[in-house]
Parts: sequence; structure tokens; C-alpha cells
Amino acid sequence: MSTLTDAPSSTPSPPPQQEVVGAFSTWLADGWTVTWRNLNKIKRSPDMLFFAVLQPIMFVLLFSQVYGGIIEIEGSDYTNFLMAGIFAQTVVFGSTFSGAAMAQDLKEGLIDRFRTLPMNPSAVLIGRTNSDLALNSISMVIMIATGFAVGWRFTNGFPSFLAGVGLLLLFSYAFSWVMTLLGMVVRTPETINNAAFMILFPLTFISNAFVPAASLPRPLEIFANWNPVSALVQSARDLFGNTPDGIVRDTFPIEHPIVTVFVGVAVILVVFVPLSIRQFARTSSR
Amino acid sequence: MPIIEAYDLVKIYSSRSGTVHALAGLNLSVPEGRVEGLLGPNGAGKTTTVKVLNTLIKPDRGSARVDGIDVLADPQRVRRIIGASGQYAAVDENLTGLENLEMVGRLYHLGVRQSRRRAAELVEAFGLTAAGNRPVKGFSGGMRRRIDLAGALVNKPRILFLDEPTTGLDPRSRLGMWETISELVREGTTVLLTTQYLEEADALADHISVIDQGRVIAKGTADELKAQVGGHRVVVTLVDAADSGAAREVLARYGSAEPSGADGGRELEVAVQQGPVALQRVLADLEQQDIRLHDAGMRRPTLDDAFLTLTGHPADGADGTDRADEIDPDGRAKPTDHQDTPRRRETVV
Repeated sequence: MSTLTDAPSSTPSPPPQQEVVGAFSTWLADGWTVTWRNLNKIKRSPDMLFFAVLQPIMFVLLFSQVYGGIIEIEGSDYTNFLMAGIFAQTVVFGSTFSGAAMAQDLKEGLIDRFRTLPMNPSAVLIGRTNSDLALNSISMVIMIATGFAVGWRFTNGFPSFLAGVGLLLLFSYAFSWVMTLLGMVVRTPETINNAAFMILFPLTFISNAFVPAASLPRPLEIFANWNPVSALVQSARDLFGNTPDGIVRDTFPIEHPIVTVFVGVAVILVVFVPLSIRQFARTSSR
Repeated sequence: MPIIEAYDLVKIYSSRSGTVHALAGLNLSVPEGRVEGLLGPNGAGKTTTVKVLNTLIKPDRGSARVDGIDVLADPQRVRRIIGASGQYAAVDENLTGLENLEMVGRLYHLGVRQSRRRAAELVEAFGLTAAGNRPVKGFSGGMRRRIDLAGALVNKPRILFLDEPTTGLDPRSRLGMWETISELVREGTTVLLTTQYLEEADALADHISVIDQGRVIAKGTADELKAQVGGHRVVVTLVDAADSGAAREVLARYGSAEPSGADGGRELEVAVQQGPVALQRVLADLEQQDIRLHDAGMRRPTLDDAFLTLTGHPADGADGTDRADEIDPDGRAKPTDHQDTPRRRETVV
């Protein structure tokens, strides 16, 4: 088994590429390797892919068909009104996966393995959030298709439509970093899911995602108007051309939803990327 | 110059249940090419020691060097020359055996082609060629461990850290693992190995450091440690448990310590200085008192005996008083998931 090690004769020279390859491209390569690994997981566990595909279909159908008949939005068709909300809800929930997967990797000792390798420490986190962006993109495509099937139409032109989709994915990407940190702190995949639901259900439901904020009881309406998810939904709704005429815009986030989303994304990334990297550098299994 | 050096390592975890000194001033020095065994009960600080040396955690005090590199100041350089395999097989279930190793190679920056070649080489060396293209999901515990160990060898490390490499394996897989590790060390790799199995330390390690409560309490070869306990043991098995009291008195007469017993008092044992002489006298006295015997004999002390003598408690550490290894770096007690870990007490007889 002389192939296993070359211990006695060798000098501790790092692999030659180490010097040649710059720090930046190393970081890119490491990030890509971990992304590749995570994407393989999506490919190899059909159950995961199945739910990633089915859940968005279910949500679109459920809300548009169940509530479509009861909820009336002045100046708009409910399906058209709903779609931006359902997209936002699904991608925000999709980011939970980052946390659960991180906790799972920690539990299985994979984080320990990564941390004893001479790789760029942030690559694991980059790989994590990248692959969740990919998963969320798949969900997005499926939801758009299902939306079309139930009669949803965007009316503001194709570039605006793309911008809306991009904004939704950008926000979900930023949110993945929050969940990644949470995954390393909470450490149990099951708890992550429960905790995320506790936070994300109110965050997505006390918003303008499913009904106009004005129709909520006053305290909830105030919350909804300042809720970043509302700004996200409003941005997408505006860009899709699905905003009903009578909508009240009396708070900054609703008045300037796109600016708000960009500021929100920037704040989340500036705070949570360094925090996650710091936490990763001192996280070890059990 | 020793290739692994640790000086005065201290690591303290605080949790709601109190502070635990996982490491309480641990010193270690391992020369190149040696297989050093860290032997100790659960919570003795073995895993914490390994995690400090393989850059996973930072100690609260003390310093450590691996191949002359300061572990705290330059962990990234240390990572390039070590291989580490943790207590739990760290493999991605959804990747195949080959892909797992390829991933590790790429993260060592070997490049994709070289990583693939190395992965194939290792899979073959570990006898997993047939299974190499299947997802690890379907692997047995022993196969996973082998892939994990192979992962630690991707960069041909000069120093290998193995944390309880056979915990949770069935006896047959354990023997297979021992063989693999023995072959590795024949090539001169320096290995730091932790174990709570005395038998394992005896079989694999050139030199053993016994760890208890965060420090090294004894060190030497297996034989030296056994010799520290000294002399022989006289062991008798009685036909009738009712004779237990009388037989115990006889053993106490010639023993250098209190006799100990098992099996409802029928089996008695005592440490003695002069084995053959003591055995003759014990047998003569027992015959005089008409105490009938199933079996009688004398044996050399095992590492188990050595451990008991050195630490004052048996090696399986099931007393639950000191569980430093089970508190994670954030100070939370880890869930007790030991059902899957065989906690047999193994003796070398």
C-alpha cells in the first residue's frame, strides 16, 4: 500500500498549484467544488427534488384555487395579485434549507472535515448559499409555469418581469446567509425547521403577500407596511404589473419598494456574511 | 525534534451544569514516525487534544506545534500536511466513494484530474473498487469509515490524526481497520490515535499516553505501562460461592492489594509480587481449608489493570462524572447518543 502515503521521504511542500493559483481563484475553485457537492445532493436525493418541485406547485394551486373565489381585490384579479406574494413566500421559505443543510453537515462531521482542509474557509458557506440559489431558481421556474397555467399574466413587459424574478432570487440569496448562520448556531436540523417556521410564517403572512395590507387589523397593518417581505412582494408586483390601482402607499418601504429591497439585501449581507464566516471558523462537531 | 508538540494545553468549557476542564495543562511530544496512542475514558480530553492539534479548536492556554508549525498562528499551513479522521465518518452520503475523495482532493487544490487519479488509487488500496461508484448512502459502517480514512490520506499526509477510528464498528470491521492502520504506519507516517479500547492501543500504538481529566497521567509502551502495575495476578474460581469469604482471606494474606471478585464471588483475583510462589501458597492454604476449585492460575496484568491502577477507575469511564468531550465548543452539552457506540470493556487476556 505504498500509494497511501509518502511519509518518510517527503518534505512538507504544499501542492505546487498552491503557489501558482492565486488566492482569489482558489476561493472561486473551492466555492465551486462545494457547490458541485451540494448540487449533487439535489440530484441524488429524488425526495428532495420532488418536494422542491411539488411544494411550489401546491402553494400556487392551493392559494389561487382556494382563496381565488373568496378574496376580492379591487381593481385586480386575485390570481394576478397573489402570484408575487406566493413567489416571495416560497423563496423566503426556501432559504430555510440552507440552515437545515448546514446543521446536518455539522452533525455528520463534514464541517470538521472541511475545516481540516487547506481550503478557503468561506468557500463552504459560498457553496451552501450558491446551491440554495440554484434550488430556489428551480422552484421559481416551476411556480412561474404553474402561475401561467392558472391564468396569471405579467403585464409590464418581459424585462420588468425578469427584474422582478431577479429581485426575488436576490432577496432569497441574502436570506440564505441568515439561515446559514442560524444553522451553525442552532445545530439541529429539526429545530432549524421549527424555528424558521415560527419566524417565517408571521413574516410572510403579516404582509401584503396574500391580501392588501389595508385589509388587516390596524396593528398588523402597521407591521405589514414595514415588513421587508412586503417591500419584496410590492417590488415584484409592481414589476409584474400586477399592482391593483387602489393600493395605499403611505410608508417608505411600500412607496419605494425596490430601493428598500436593495437596502435590505445590502444590510443582510454586510451583517450576516462576516458573522457566518466568523462562526464557521470556530464551529466544530459535538 | 518531535513532530507533534503540545505544551500546557488548557481548554475550559462552561455550560449551565458548570465548568469543565476538558484540558487541564496537557503536554505531549511525539517523535516522527511513531504511532502515539491517546488512551483514556470518555471525557478524558482525548478528542479535545486532537481537535486542538488538527486546527479545529483553539485552546484557552498553551501552545502546539505540528512539524514545527505553530498550530495557533498558522493553521492553514498545518492543514496542508496533516490528515484527520474524526469520531464519526465524515462522508457525504449522496456522493459516491470516488466523488467523496475527489472532492477532498479538489479542496486540497490537487486539480480535478489529479484528484480523480488519487481517488481511484485510494479506493483500490482500500479494497472498495467495486463499491467506488455507488453513493455512500448504501455503504456499511466499516466501508464508510474506510472512505473517511481514505479522505484523510488524499494529500499523502506525514501526520495523521485518528480520533477513535473504530468506535461503533463491529468486531470484524474493527480488525480490518486495524490492519489498514498498521499498514499505513509501516510506511512511517506519524499517527496520533485516540481510543478508549485498551486492546486497540495495545495492538496499534508504539507508545501510549494515558489521559485522564485533561492531562497525561502516565506514558510509555504498552509493556512499560503494564509493568508499572507490577508482578502477576493470582486468579481462582471456586466451586462453591459459600467459600468466597474464606478464600478471600487466603488471597489477602499473599496479595499486595485487596482481592477483587466477580461472578457472585466465585471468581477471585489478587495482585501479587512473586507470582509462582504466591500461587503455590494460595493453593496450599485453600487445600488445607478444603476449599474446592474449578480453576486456578496466574496471569500478567493487562492494560486494563494498568488503567485501573493509574486512574483509580475502570477504562470504560461509564461513571459519567467527567464528560468534557461531550460538550461542544459553544458550551452546550451534546445530546447523549451513545446507544450506537458499543461500550464493551475489552481486556487482553
